[in-house]
This record gives sequence, structure tokens and C-alpha cells, in this order.
Amino acid sequence: MAEMTIKKRPKNLDLTTIRLPLPGKVSILHRVSGAGLFLCLPVLLWLFGASLTSPETFATFQSLFATLPAKVILAGLIWAYVHHFCAGIRFLLLDLHVGIDLQSARKSAAAVLVVSIPLTLVLWGVLL
Amino acid sequence: MINRIVVGAHYGLKDWIAQRATAVLMAVYTVMMAAVLLALRPNSFEAWQAVFANGFIKFVTFLFFVSLFYHAWIGVRDIWMDYVKPTGLRLTLHVLTIVALVGYSGWAATILWRL
Repeated sequence: MAEMTIKKRPKNLDLTTIRLPLPGKVSILHRVSGAGLFLCLPVLLWLFGASLTSPETFATFQSLFATLPAKVILAGLIWAYVHHFCAGIRFLLLDLHVGIDLQSARKSAAAVLVVSIPLTLVLWGVLL
Repeated sequence: MINRIVVGAHYGLKDWIAQRATAVLMAVYTVMMAAVLLALRPNSFEAWQAVFANGFIKFVTFLFFVSLFYHAWIGVRDIWMDYVKPTGLRLTLHVLTIVALVGYSGWAATILWRL
């Protein structure tokens, strides 16, 4: 048993030559979107607090989010949230041993990527 | 395959469960709030403030924030453990992450209970 863990296996950690399968892409995007959302937490909390403070700040944010750069940034944040949400539900299902065979796992990974984009657009359209 | 019993020796089962439990709480909150906001469509400051001044919404929003910060702690800690190898630097990053998240919890409470 111990020999198996010590045995030298070929190793490739060169990111430029690794071709990640779809579930791998969903996985790393889950981490990237989570890290991005974490880094944005202070800004989001500040926006949330300020929007609830006075009618003036609320009005300022309303006009701010009507501008294109703010809308683009918000679209990115919404996508990060939606992707993290969808990929997270997929991981929860995998934990429950739902769809763990290779074909189903690949299909659900594709579904996460495909569903996240229109869902982001719908939320973006509803919110802005 | 190393045969080990996954209890009692800090193998991370508690964090593994906590990450999933908080994820479920946040997912339920997200769907619920989306429904509330779509139904009420708060377009003015007064309407927006009234949503979060509601006792139930305030309570579940705070629960959401606490779940989010606990969930973020596990996720961010995993990132530091995967990519940052020097012990001193990793420990510093862990402490900074905890300090930020505990601070955010207090901040979230003051935002909600000011209303």
C-alpha cells in the first residue's frame, strides 16, 4: 500500500499545456468567481449600507448604475454569483452521488456554463 | 488508498459540512429574496429601506451574511492552503482573512439594525 503512494508518476503542471476537461473548467471558474466575490465584499457591503442610509445616496446609486461602465462591472459580478450558485448546486448534487458517471458529469458541467450566461442576462435585465 | 476513519482527528469533515450547509442556506435565501424583490419591485429609497426593515427579512439577511462569511472563510482558506506554502505567510493570510470576515459580520449587523 505504501509503495503505491511513493511510486514516481509522470507529472505535468505546465498550465499552458494542460487541457482541462469541461468539469475542470467549471471547477476552476467556481474558485475564481468565489475569490472575486470575496475580494468585492467590502465594496458590496459599503454599497448595501449606503443605499439604505439616505434617499440621496440611493438616488446617487440609481444614476450611477444607469451608466455603462457600472452596468458592465455589475454584469461581471452577477455572472460570478450566478456561476458560483449553479456550479455549487452541481457540486452539492455530486456530493449526493447524483450524476457522478463521466457522461452525466460532463453534461452537467456544460449545463452550468450554458445556463449561467442567459440567467446572468435575465437578472441584469431585471435589475437594471 | 489509505484507510482512515474520518472522525476525531480534524480531517476537515466539520468544515466540509459547514461549507455545504451554509451554501444551502444562501441558495434558499437567494431564491427567496429574488422572489420578494420581483414581487415588490422597490424602486424608491423608502420601499428599498422598508424591505430590509421588516423583522423577518432582517433576520434572514443577517443569517445570509453570517453564512456567506463562514462559507468564504472555508473557501479562501482552501485557496491559501493550495497556493501559499511558506507557513508564516500562510498564517498571516489566514489571520487577515478571519479579521476581515469577523469585521464584515459586525458591519453587516450595524447596517441591518440601524434600520
